[in-house]
Amino acid sequence: MTKVSHNNFTVKFANVNGTGSSSANGMFMKSIFRMGIPVVGKNYFPSNIQGLPTWYEVRVSDKGYLAPSGSVDIMVAMNAQTYDEDLAAVEPGGYLIYDSSWPREELMIRDDITVLGVPLANMCNEKFDSARARTLMKNTSYVGVLAALLEMDTKVIEQLLLDTFGDKKHLIDANKTALDMGFNYAKENFKCPLPYRAKPINKTDGYIMIDGNATAALGCLFAGATVGSWYPITPSTSLMDAFSSYCSFYRKDKKTGKNNYSIIQAEDELAAVGMALGAGWNGARSFTPTSGPGISLMSEFIGFGYYTEIPTVIFDVQRTGPSTGMPTRTQQGDISLCAYASHGDTRHVCLYPANPEEAFYLSVEAFDLAEKLQTPVFVLSDLDIGMNDWMIKDLEWDDKFKPDRGKVLSSEELEEMENYYRYLDVDGDGVPYRTIPGTNPKGSYFTRGSGHNRFGGYTEDASEYQDVVDRLLVKWETAKTLVPKPAVSFSKNNDIGIISIGSCDDAIREARDIMKKQGQKMNYLRVKAFPFTKEVQKFLDAHKTIFVIEQNRDGQLAKLLISETEVDAKKIKSIRLYNGIPIFPKDVVEKIQSDLKAGKAA
Amino acid sequence: MSYIKKPKIIRDNDPRNKLGMTFDDYEGVMSTLCAGCGHDSITGAIIQTVFDLNIEPHRMIKLSGIGCSSKTPAYFASQSHGFNSVHGRMPSVATGANAANSELLCIGVSGDGDTLSIGMGQFSHAVRRNLNMLYIIENNGVYGLTKGQFSASADIGSTAKKGAANLQTPIDPCSVAITLGATFVARSFSGDKDQLIPLLKAGLMHRGFAMIDVISPCVTFNDHEGSTKSYMSTRETKREAVYTDYIAPFSEIEVQYEEGSSLEVDLHEGGKVLLRKTDDSFSPLDRSQSINGIKEASDKGEILTGLLYINESQPDFTEVENTIDGALNSVSYDDLCPGSKALNKLLDNYK
Repeated sequence: MTKVSHNNFTVKFANVNGTGSSSANGMFMKSIFRMGIPVVGKNYFPSNIQGLPTWYEVRVSDKGYLAPSGSVDIMVAMNAQTYDEDLAAVEPGGYLIYDSSWPREELMIRDDITVLGVPLANMCNEKFDSARARTLMKNTSYVGVLAALLEMDTKVIEQLLLDTFGDKKHLIDANKTALDMGFNYAKENFKCPLPYRAKPINKTDGYIMIDGNATAALGCLFAGATVGSWYPITPSTSLMDAFSSYCSFYRKDKKTGKNNYSIIQAEDELAAVGMALGAGWNGARSFTPTSGPGISLMSEFIGFGYYTEIPTVIFDVQRTGPSTGMPTRTQQGDISLCAYASHGDTRHVCLYPANPEEAFYLSVEAFDLAEKLQTPVFVLSDLDIGMNDWMIKDLEWDDKFKPDRGKVLSSEELEEMENYYRYLDVDGDGVPYRTIPGTNPKGSYFTRGSGHNRFGGYTEDASEYQDVVDRLLVKWETAKTLVPKPAVSFSKNNDIGIISIGSCDDAIREARDIMKKQGQKMNYLRVKAFPFTKEVQKFLDAHKTIFVIEQNRDGQLAKLLISETEVDAKKIKSIRLYNGIPIFPKDVVEKIQSDLKAGKAA
Repeated sequence: MSYIKKPKIIRDNDPRNKLGMTFDDYEGVMSTLCAGCGHDSITGAIIQTVFDLNIEPHRMIKLSGIGCSSKTPAYFASQSHGFNSVHGRMPSVATGANAANSELLCIGVSGDGDTLSIGMGQFSHAVRRNLNMLYIIENNGVYGLTKGQFSASADIGSTAKKGAANLQTPIDPCSVAITLGATFVARSFSGDKDQLIPLLKAGLMHRGFAMIDVISPCVTFNDHEGSTKSYMSTRETKREAVYTDYIAPFSEIEVQYEEGSSLEVDLHEGGKVLLRKTDDSFSPLDRSQSINGIKEASDKGEILTGLLYINESQPDFTEVENTIDGALNSVSYDDLCPGSKALNKLLDNYK
């Protein structure tokens, strides 16, 4: 490989977890970002505290593609346990960097790549005294090596060190030493730079690097959520961590210093959602973040919330199922579960952000929808969105925004009414009026998950029961007019369409570009919400073939489309990529093209 | 309609409380429990309690789980918001409701099945949090709605209606609650309103988690000979450890007790609990004496009743959480949203 590639390559770091590698890897990625080059990082980490293999993949892409490329150009192989697979993963013509402090050349034989040994441990043992520093600084040193090999702007890295460590001068000094050590070793021993180079451009102004759990937490903060209840579960835990840290700064009462929020670590997910419902019922904006196993546990209460019409927001940061599955791998396996969670006839409003940017805006919207529709609303993110750092546009906030609390009667309004009944469909949109406890004695009503009639009374009467559940269907129709519309890219010249969901978006965007170059153009719709709006039906009607692409084994979105729209099921071609790794554009292309070929052959 | 509204008849000479409300104003819909059910007596005692305490009904919420006991919040205080949640999960709903607005009084009604089996986890954690609520267990040792299975509070040897004896160790809610750190634990009997009403008053006014285990016989499935939770058995075996009076704020103490035998505990809301011990070796201010007393009585086949433990000095849930003093659900949105300037500044951290 002699052709020079600027800003278009993937570096993968193979580490042992618990060795502090993630800060160094993050530093590498952030430096690229600060050089103005679009970049994305994917963390493939174990469900473990210390000692197991972990990988971090940084894709540098001048075109701004944010899906993992699916290939590795430079491997930083720091974990002897995984040398074999790391060596095998490098693209022909690529590079592998390893710690040559111990002679292991015989393990690193591949003719079609270049292996670069750097005595990282030896250098760090000479320079640093403590065991911890020796371990940590090896990581910083390989960033130095990469800086030389990729011709990175070292001033950017140094500034990042200053910003990261602030007044901790000893840390700045140690990291600077380690960086220089790696940089100088590479300069002296290798032909720098490699054909892969990071060249400053100006494509990251107006962007931030952030994960989707942090942005979802910001959404909760800005939406005015005050009660958050939760039970720790990967990969949703950092959502509440982020909310807590934002609240400790932005939500202190000015006079007393007390909290304008309540974060409750529950005893389990059953309690977490019970608290969220209790708070929603009592007039607070409430939410609970969890992952798939938590939704399973919450299901009884979710049906209760649906039937008793209590607003709350449930974040499902999806991970790989079934059962415990792979807690640190991503999937979109809860689409069916959340759409219909709980026994009996229940259907729930679900929002599907594609990235951390949407996780912010849709989480704000979720709180409005929950209150406008008086029902639990799901935000289905996933581990990839929630825990990986993405490059997204600067988040924006309109100070004119006022939360829409829906149909809540004030004390004055209640005073003017002769009688108040909780479940009367006064406006014909299926959404009744609610009252907040403590407002006015005339607003009292009894919330119950047992059969109730439109007046809020207990019932076992057939028609009274049916009256209420049928009215909930009217509300469902109203929901279709309120939920966010899909993102659509459409040209009437194309008769093939792609429908997808959530974090598949970037892989599909890139796959469409690849196929377009090959002369195969396709339209694209990404659903942002369930129930499906009329735009989804229109898109389904407009195409002869529709590829539905998603990250689960059973084609849950495809099935939901077939059962919840008027589409002819034969038009749907389900493409499923569900191994726990974010999907690669090339796999999307390959699956679509092989399906099209098979269709032609038949 | 499958529920019956009670006809409201107000007579001119009906007694009125300080709010001008009659006893009827604190009633709910007609009970659908069996005639003679202990739970209905407890409902009556609750109505008397909130009437006497001049509670504004809309400033109180009433919650429950599932079961016969959990039906009862519909039978009192119809002007209070009610919440009949799912089985065993009322404590979590109460926790969320309390977080949203800690200014409302909260009464939770549960049963022995709802609390000690399916709801044991949530019950324990509500105790741990010292959630500010009155938690009443209407305890009859049996599952009524499913027709007569033993519950976790059934005593060893107590027999079911068809004669089978329970062989499993009972869970005593009072000992459990005290062990878990509850700050107000009492036991009473549905057939003893004189004892129950002052306990309900004190429990409702207590700051923190107040649990009252009320033996409340099930006339249909557990009131036969051989049952240790029948009316007859309870009357015979209960022994009052401490006589309890609730003294409202600014009122005189009218009773005189012998020196040394009585204690006063100031409640956070300004009232007092006046206690008269029946036994020198037992003090409701001492956790280990209380647990020992319950155990010793139980070993003798007695049910120890009265206020068994009180600690008014522990911070409650919202205090521990450092939540604002007022209602969280009425903080204005302007005070909740940091605004665009703050957001823009925050984004610098992610550049």
